[in-house]
Amino acid sequence: MNATLTLLDRTSFIELNARERAQALLDPGSFRELLGPFDAVESPWLMAQGVVPQSDDGVVIARGSIGGVPAVVIAIEGAFQGGSTGEVSGAKIAGALELALLDAQAGRPIRPVLLFETGGVRLQEANLGLAAMADIHAALIALRRHVPVVGVIAGMVGCFGGMSMSAALTSYLIMTRQGRLGLNGPEVIEQNAGIAELDSRDRQLIWSLTGGEQRVATGFADQLAVDDADTIAHVVRAAFDTDRSLPANSSRVAHWRDRLSRLPERAEGAALRALSPGER
Amino acid sequence: MDDDVSLRGRLWFDAIAGESQRRETGPVSVLAADARIGAEMVRVIAVVPDPDNRFPRARRGEVGIDEGWGLAACVREVLGEAGRPILAIVDVPSQAYGRMEELLGIHLACAAAADAYATARLDGHPVISLVVGQALSGAFLAHGYQANRVLALDDPKVSIHAMGKLAAARVTRRSVAELEALAETILPLGYGVRSFARLGLLHELITGVDANAPTPAHIDHVRQRIAAAIEDARDGSHDLSSRLGSVEAKQQRAASIRVRELLAAQWD
Amino acid sequence: METLELRFPGDRPIIRRAHVGVVGSGDLEILLSPASETTVTIRTSVGGFGVLWRATLERFFARHPIAARVVINDAGATPGVVSLRLAQALEEAGS
Repeated sequence: MNATLTLLDRTSFIELNARERAQALLDPGSFRELLGPFDAVESPWLMAQGVVPQSDDGVVIARGSIGGVPAVVIAIEGAFQGGSTGEVSGAKIAGALELALLDAQAGRPIRPVLLFETGGVRLQEANLGLAAMADIHAALIALRRHVPVVGVIAGMVGCFGGMSMSAALTSYLIMTRQGRLGLNGPEVIEQNAGIAELDSRDRQLIWSLTGGEQRVATGFADQLAVDDADTIAHVVRAAFDTDRSLPANSSRVAHWRDRLSRLPERAEGAALRALSPGER
Repeated sequence: MDDDVSLRGRLWFDAIAGESQRRETGPVSVLAADARIGAEMVRVIAVVPDPDNRFPRARRGEVGIDEGWGLAACVREVLGEAGRPILAIVDVPSQAYGRMEELLGIHLACAAAADAYATARLDGHPVISLVVGQALSGAFLAHGYQANRVLALDDPKVSIHAMGKLAAARVTRRSVAELEALAETILPLGYGVRSFARLGLLHELITGVDANAPTPAHIDHVRQRIAAAIEDARDGSHDLSSRLGSVEAKQQRAASIRVRELLAAQWD
Repeated sequence: METLELRFPGDRPIIRRAHVGVVGSGDLEILLSPASETTVTIRTSVGGFGVLWRATLERFFARHPIAARVVINDAGATPGVVSLRLAQALEEAGS
């Protein structure tokens, strides 16, 4: 499908905001938002620090269906505070996953999707953002025991910080070439370890470490998708439709420890790819 | 080893694990042993500095690649033994920051650790964390924050936060002094363990103990509190909902509770 | 950061509530809800531009005398972007 799409046919998924991305992934007409802008459940902590809040605190929770099956899409708005996780946005994500778990435990079908566009915990809410992140990890690990959870990292913010652990906890992770996935963002590494360790302006280096193509080639993500809304919707739906009996990446401890024990002294990107030829 | 490196994790691991045989499941930086605490045989785990770590960016007690996967292995080892309690002793300054770390998927290594601890909890193992020093960001998410019950020593060097002060100052373009001033009025920004306790996230703040040089009586007291927490965890749910049930949470995390209520009301 | 509260005359009803935009650098979000009179609350990251906000909104409501509750969360948008978002919101709201 990708090869036949010309540039003119494509609708960039990256250019869509969080709400539009959720709409793009749900069956047409099925989108219904929870705790939307008019519920105005905002951050209790930002105004006191001179930061203008967003009415949905930067996360869209949308119910609907995917391929006719009930679904929930959790979409992070990367344009608001870098998509960072605060008390309310974190509670929306964790709470939605917890409700999906109740459905799954009761035998009600549910297809959960997370759209990651975030730098991690919102420092203006520090400990409450961190606590919410732990809640999110807990909910994902519990939910994943019952149903597959699909994640998408499209860009351009990418997925960093504690939320990169969430991405690693999904059952199936889709990335675009423009997307990036890493625990620490390039600026944070440069600030903590120095510019010789990582020059945060070196885009080629950054994408060679954390970009979608690299992550899929080395088994840290499952599929590379082109930046097109219909394609990504199709890939997400197919991820649920396909019977997936692979154990989750984060549970394959012996496999990964073995792989990492065979590292050459100086393992750079290409050498690492040779060591781990893409398959999970 | 330089002055910045903390020895508290090892000190408290040795104090609690005592003469118990050390496991060699993980790397040298992940200490593990099976120790008797009260009536229970507990898997005790700590992350400590290794100045010879094969990853230079993880030599000061950080949770790096080998530590993440090592933690996962040490936890999963006891999953076959029904109900076995697990104790995470936490003194970790951060996750490891480095190019190799990102290349080799430190995000997945940390996720693997969190996965193991959470899986243990979901399988009915009481998982307890004892914070004796720093519990920062990704390192705490990996090692300690998936526990049923989080305990901490009441000590000025016990600090729980999303990012170290210096790093946070740089990222937010404020001075450390400005950050500390903000933390006075905005509770989630606090670094001290007492601020953390006021958020309702702590099961117990253990007072009257010398965190740097505990006496036998201090160690005994901490062991008792851990045993009590294990019992409490056994009686409770296998999820993290107790963190939203505390008196403090109803005040300081009211929005977190309200969001969940509204989501449930709007779900169907 | 500054909060402004403004009122404008207007009695043309809007058909439905509308929401546009994001609180990203140089952008803003606007929420319109049906109401019997027009009140506007603006929270903006850039203080000191009250006069400019009033002028921009006056021009808008003069052309479109709707009655609506308006909430604006602004992260430093230019008057041009503000006007664009207002137009988008109005189109979504219908009148």
